[in-house]
This record gives sequence, C-alpha cells and structure tokens, in this order.
Amino acid sequence: MKFTRVVSTMAMAAVFATGFLPLSVSADDNLVNVYSARKEALIKPLFDRFTAETGIAVNLVTGKADALLKRLEVEGDATPADLFVTVDAGRLYRAKDAGVLQVATSETLDKLIPAHLKDVDGYWYGMSQRARTVFYVKGKVDPAELTSYEDLADPKWKGRICIRSSSNIYNQSLVASMIDANGVDATETWAKGLVANFAKPPAGGDTDQLRAAASGVCDLAIANTYYYARLVHSNKESDNEVAAKLGTAWLNQDGRGAHVNVSGVGVTKYASNVESAIKLMEFMASDESQVWYGAENNEYPVVEGVEVSPVLKGLGEFKADDIELSKLGTNNRAAVELMDRAGWK
Amino acid sequence: MFVVTPLKSPYRVNWLTSSSFVIAVLLALPIFVIAGFVFSGSADVFTHLYHTVLFDYVSNSLLLMLGVGFGVLLLGIPTAWLTSVCDFPGRRIFAWALLLPLAVPAYIIAYTYTGLLDFAGPVQMAIRELTGLGYGEYWFFEIRSLAGAILMLALVLYPYVYLLSRAAFLEQSASTLEVSRTLGYNQWQGLFKLALPLARPAIIAGLTLALMETLADYGTVQYFGVNTFTTGIFRTFYGFGDAVAAAQLAVCLLSFVALLVLVEKYSRRKSRYHSSAEFKAKAKLIYLSGWKAAVAFLICLLPIVFGFLIPAGQLAFWCLTQADLSDGSFFQLAWNSFYLAFLAAIIAVSFALILAYASRLNPKKVVRFSVATAGLGYALPGTIIAIGVIIPFAWMDHQLIAMAKKWFSVDIGLVLSGTLVALLFAYTVRFLAVSLGAVQSGLDKIKPSIDGAARTLGYTPMQVLKQIHVPLMKSSVLTALLIVFVDVLKELPATLILRPFNFNTLAVRAFELASDERLIDAAPASLLIVAVGLIPVILLSRSIAKGRAGS
Repeated sequence: MKFTRVVSTMAMAAVFATGFLPLSVSADDNLVNVYSARKEALIKPLFDRFTAETGIAVNLVTGKADALLKRLEVEGDATPADLFVTVDAGRLYRAKDAGVLQVATSETLDKLIPAHLKDVDGYWYGMSQRARTVFYVKGKVDPAELTSYEDLADPKWKGRICIRSSSNIYNQSLVASMIDANGVDATETWAKGLVANFAKPPAGGDTDQLRAAASGVCDLAIANTYYYARLVHSNKESDNEVAAKLGTAWLNQDGRGAHVNVSGVGVTKYASNVESAIKLMEFMASDESQVWYGAENNEYPVVEGVEVSPVLKGLGEFKADDIELSKLGTNNRAAVELMDRAGWK
Repeated sequence: MFVVTPLKSPYRVNWLTSSSFVIAVLLALPIFVIAGFVFSGSADVFTHLYHTVLFDYVSNSLLLMLGVGFGVLLLGIPTAWLTSVCDFPGRRIFAWALLLPLAVPAYIIAYTYTGLLDFAGPVQMAIRELTGLGYGEYWFFEIRSLAGAILMLALVLYPYVYLLSRAAFLEQSASTLEVSRTLGYNQWQGLFKLALPLARPAIIAGLTLALMETLADYGTVQYFGVNTFTTGIFRTFYGFGDAVAAAQLAVCLLSFVALLVLVEKYSRRKSRYHSSAEFKAKAKLIYLSGWKAAVAFLICLLPIVFGFLIPAGQLAFWCLTQADLSDGSFFQLAWNSFYLAFLAAIIAVSFALILAYASRLNPKKVVRFSVATAGLGYALPGTIIAIGVIIPFAWMDHQLIAMAKKWFSVDIGLVLSGTLVALLFAYTVRFLAVSLGAVQSGLDKIKPSIDGAARTLGYTPMQVLKQIHVPLMKSSVLTALLIVFVDVLKELPATLILRPFNFNTLAVRAFELASDERLIDAAPASLLIVAVGLIPVILLSRSIAKGRAGS
C-alpha cells in the first residue's frame, strides 16, 4: 500500500531528524541545564550572551512554575536540571519547601544582592525586581487621593477599580504581603471592600486592566510596573496612547512602602554542573545583565547602584516594602483562601 | 498496517487480545496514577472549596457543557445534513471548508475575538467614536463571559459533530431514503424519524468529543475569567501548590465524565447500528433552489465565517501590520509541531485500531474496561495527564538508571521522562478517545456477518482484512488521523511540561507570547498553527470525499 510506505518513510525521517536520544546528564564544565518558568523571550537573550562570553552552553526548558517543580520532584536525583528560574518569591519559596534546591553559596552574589531579596538560608537569589502598584486615569483621579493599598477598599472607589483574577500569583503575593502587615482578618475585610469596588468582574491580564482604564471602564488599574513600562516603551502608537492617559501612584510611601516582588533563581538539589550554574547566576547579577533586565524587560535591578532604565525612571522614585520575601511564600495559602472567601474571582 | 485476523485461529486471537490488553493498561496507567491520589493527602482543601467556590465551579462547568453541547449540535448537524443529502450552490466547497475551524485552537480564537470585541478593541472604539457615548452608556456583548466562552468553544468544536455525523449521513445508503419514502415520510419526517436516529451513535460520538474537550479546556475559560471546575483544579495546583488536591479534583471530573459515558451507553444498550447495504447505491441528492438554497448557503457559511475567516483574518492582519516578526525560527517551530503531530497521529491511530479490533473479536470485560478507562484521558486537562505520565516514567527511569549503573556502570540519564517518548505517550493517552471513537464507529458499520460470509467464501483472514476491512475502514482511519494530528498541533499544556531541552513548538511559542500579554506578537505563531493544521484538513477531507465517490 502506497500510503503505508509514505507514512513509514516520513515517520522514520522524523525520528532521525531530531533524535530521541536523551541528553546526557554527565557533569560537563561547559554546560548548564535550566528549567525556567520565565518565558523564553524574557530570559534566553541573557543566556545567549552568557554563552558568547564564557563558552558555556545553556540548555533551556520553559514552562509553568508548579509543573516544572513537579517535574524536578519526580525526576529526583536523575534530573538533568542545574538551575531553576522562576518569577515570584512565593514560587521560589515553594521550590525551597519542596526540597528541590540546594544552598549554593557565592561570595559575589552575597555581596551584590541585598538581604531581603534573597532566601534567608541561601537557597535562591532574586535577580530582578518589579513593583505592583496602582495606575490612575489622569484628569479623573487626583493622585493625592491615592495613599495606600488599604485605602483601595474605601467606598469612595466604588465601581472604579480594575484588577485581574485572584488566581494570579501577583495578586496572591500582594495579599500575602498585606497579611504580613495587617493580619488575616483585617486583610479579609479589606479584600471584601476591594471586591465591592470592582468596576467589572476580573478577566484578562494586567495589560488588559491598563487598557480598560484608558478606555474609560475604570479609574484605577492595578498592575505590575513592567506591563505599564512596556506600553510606554512600545513602538505601537495605540500602546503609547494608553500609557499617556495613565499616571503612576506609589502607595504606602509613609509606611512600609510599595509592594515589590522578584524573579529569582536557585541551584537544584541534584545539579551536576554546580560550578557553571553558579557562574551563570553571577553573570545574571553582573552590571551588564542588570542593565539588560531594565532595558529589555522593563524590570528594576536587584543590585544597588545599577542604573534604572530611563522608562522606569519616568515612573518616579519610590520606597519599596522590604518585607522578607520568603514570607510571601508562607502566607500564600492563607491569601488564596481569604480571596476565595471574599468572593474575589 | 496491522496483522489483524478476525475469527478462528486461537493463537492469533490471543496475540491480539494480549497485546491490546497491554496497550490498554499502559495507556490507562496515567489515569490510574491520578486516581491513586484519592488515597493520599487531607481533605482540608476540599472543605475550604466546598464552603467557598465549589458551587460556582460546578455550576459554571455544567452551564458551559450545556451551552457548548447545544451549540455544536446546532452548528454541526444541519451543516452535515445539508452537505451530504442536499445539493445547492457551494456545497462541494462547504463540505471541506466547514472543517476549517478545527484548525483554530480555542484559546487563540478567544484571544482574537477579545482583541476585536473588547471595550478597548476596534469595534467598541468605533461605536464610542460614532455615538459619543462612554463605557457603560451603551449595551455591547461582553465577550469575556460564560456566554462568550460557550460561543468560542462551540465555534471551534462543532467540526467534531459535523465530521462524524456527516460520515454517518453519507453512509446511510439510498435504501434508507427509500424506506422513508415507503413509510410515507416526507423529507423532514425522513430526517427526524430515520436519518437522525440512525446517525445517533456518530452524533453522540462527536458530541462526546466536543464536551470532553470543553471540560478539559483551561486556556479559554481562564482568559475569560470564567471559573469552571478545570480552572479550580489549576487554582488548587498553582494557588495552593497542592498537586494532590488538584489530582483529587481531577478524579471528580473523571468520574463525572465516566458516568455520562455510561449513561449514554446504557441508553442505547439494545440497539445495534450496522449498515445494511452490502453495496452502496448512490443516494440521490435533494436539489435545493431559490430561497431554500439561499438558507442552506447561509447556514453553511456562517460557521466558517465566524469560526475561521474572522479569527484567521484578524491574525493575518496583526501579522502584516503590527507583529514583531524579528524572530526567524518559525520554520523550526513549524517542523517540530508538524512531525510531533504526525508521529502522535500514527501512534494513536495504530493503538486505536488494535484496541478496536480486539474488543470486536474478543469482548472480554477486562479489555473493555481498560480501553474505556484509557479513553477518559480526553476529558482531562493536558497538565494533569502530563503529571500522570511523568510520575510512572520517572520511576521507570530510575529503575533503568540503577540497572545500567549496576551492569554497565554507565549513567544513561532520563531515557523516558526527559525525551519525546514521554511527550508522545502523553499525546496518545490524551487523544486515544478521539482516534478510538472514529475507528470504532467505522468498524461498527461492518457487520460481523460480512466477515463470516467472506470466510465461508474461502477468504483467508488476511484477505478479509485487505479486501473488505481496509477499503471500508479507510475513511474512518483517515478521519482519526486527521483529528489527532490537528489536536496535537493545538495541544499546549502537556507539551509545555514534558518537552525536552531547547525544543519548542508553535503552540508553545504562541502561548508564551500571549501569556506575557503580547497577543499581537503571538499572531504569527498562531497563524502558523492554523496554516499547518489546514494542510491535512484539506488533503484528508479530499481523500475521504474521493474514497466515497469511488464506492
């Protein structure tokens, strides 16, 4: 049968074209294997530079943080992964808690990265920062009215706030930080007040909330700074227009400061290429990379003294909450439960 | 192809039965792994969910199923009937064009319609500019809602019902029509009293696929902010970091689906649907003209316009005007997607053939049970399947590594879980129901008595297979290949978790950009998924049509 022949030929060709051979996990000084919950576009350019500079190749798999974590767990001591890259301290905490990371000490990293942006026991290091704050529609809101996250539950904002679903980790971490500041009960009352102020049921991502505010659906949008900065930075006119309609407000500036979170990285417990992995982490914390995070991803550096990107500078200086980020992880579950009870979809 | 021998030779039958049993158990393994979670962990999360959001999850899921079910029947059956029984202008083109929405992933159609119809999109912007009204001062369909999700899913899932019920309508021989005339039925009575009831297994098979896909959907509902049972599973997994509780919820979902399947089977326990005609007289088409032709034309045109032309057009527009095309790896991505889908289709359909023949020739309860269990994978979200796959595979890997170390003192690494083996296996588990459904419905139409008759006439089992089954099964097998191919092309979550290092597909690329809220930059990859999916859709639907014309 002709069909059968064509099929089998193609199948064979396909098998040979990519090779089913597994990656050898033998220790190799010139290799780092990375599991990354950061999207390829947001991390690979940095790895390419690392390879160009050091000659150490980087293999990459991207995916959702919890799924990669599960993969690390079941692979156990046979895992090929050396580094785990993820976004949000809550996830980094979960990785540490699941026992898939090891303490990888590096004097360079300890010197460069401030204490509150790394794990207390040295299991992971933050590599870039972002703030989660409120953006207001110019002309409709007087920025002086925006004082604190707590104030967003005030009835004066009824029907005026856009924010995404509580399934999103950024919201979970924000609420986790509030639990740390105010306790569970007060935060639950706050969440109920906030939900009552929603302009519409939560849907879409942070950028959608910003666009909604700009097109008149609400007066305030809560979003991460890099989403807003991206609209400013964009070469699409419609994006720039959205950004132009909105202003940035920094909250709790007289108190604990604006909520910040990190993207971070840790060496896996059973890494075969620890030395190269640490080299890569040090590279990520180098001035060159820290500037790159700002220029390409619109994120704030973790290393003090590194120039903040011009677009981010435009958002103004602010005081950041220096809560020990591990606490966001410990409070995460309480935060999700509380948001469920508050009816935050 | 497969050496499958009906009847006689006990040795051969044993070979078939035992291999099918092994395949069925292997494919059901991930489901058993997930089900095994029921016995671990605590009920904390359940108590919490029960007191807060569970009711919402369940009711949203049920409404979604109801809506999508209604939608796919409404779009699928009339178009299938019109294109197979009636003749009107454009019928030949519609016959294959109605399959086009199959190539559009649900999450991508959701993105494109949101881009169009959202308050910040061009349509509402134009309304506001024309009327001078602001947001909230006029009514507009809220695309990000339960109704929106139903619409999106129905638009891309109706081809399952269309494909299978059209095949059934075409198989209904002219004699069926004649019987209906003899009974004094007019065309409509013939449709409702004969054609539809006879096509019922096919329609139900299509509906089941659409509904299972609906239950497994995460991308669309999550994007629309509709909390279903499936988003609940992921909220439990990602939000609470509780994989055990998530798996337990998945088991609930599975039990529900199993129940539905059982109820359906029970409801037609006595009926058998075999085509009665040994030879196929070509049925005369009902010729439509005037307003009837116009209505038929519109009924067939609308699903194509909304399910394919508008979303594909929007993607093409984004590609041409605004998207970032600087990343030139599209050929590699398309090739990866293509051959993965191709291999998975071959594997899944081969397994389906073995299983279908085994349960036809030797309907042992054990085999049937494992086949049915393995088929449930279609209702599970890909992420859950992936976890069910990686747990046993990683365990086997560790045994292999230990053995290799002991005997050969080499470190072989992860041979199964870190390679495409795991991924292809996951696809097979996830899409077995699809291939099995299509193959079985083809096989069911060949009366067992035909096999017997042929053997009496001195045919060897191989001849029976070659001269009777192969020609009769060809279109069903092609249909199965087509659906699995397109499904794998669109598949995301399992690919994301199980793929090896430095290996990306179109769906992964589209997802990464879209979930980074760069919808417009995701357009090129999305459009390529649609384009690659189109090739087999068109080729196979043509070859199915050709196979028919010859008979």
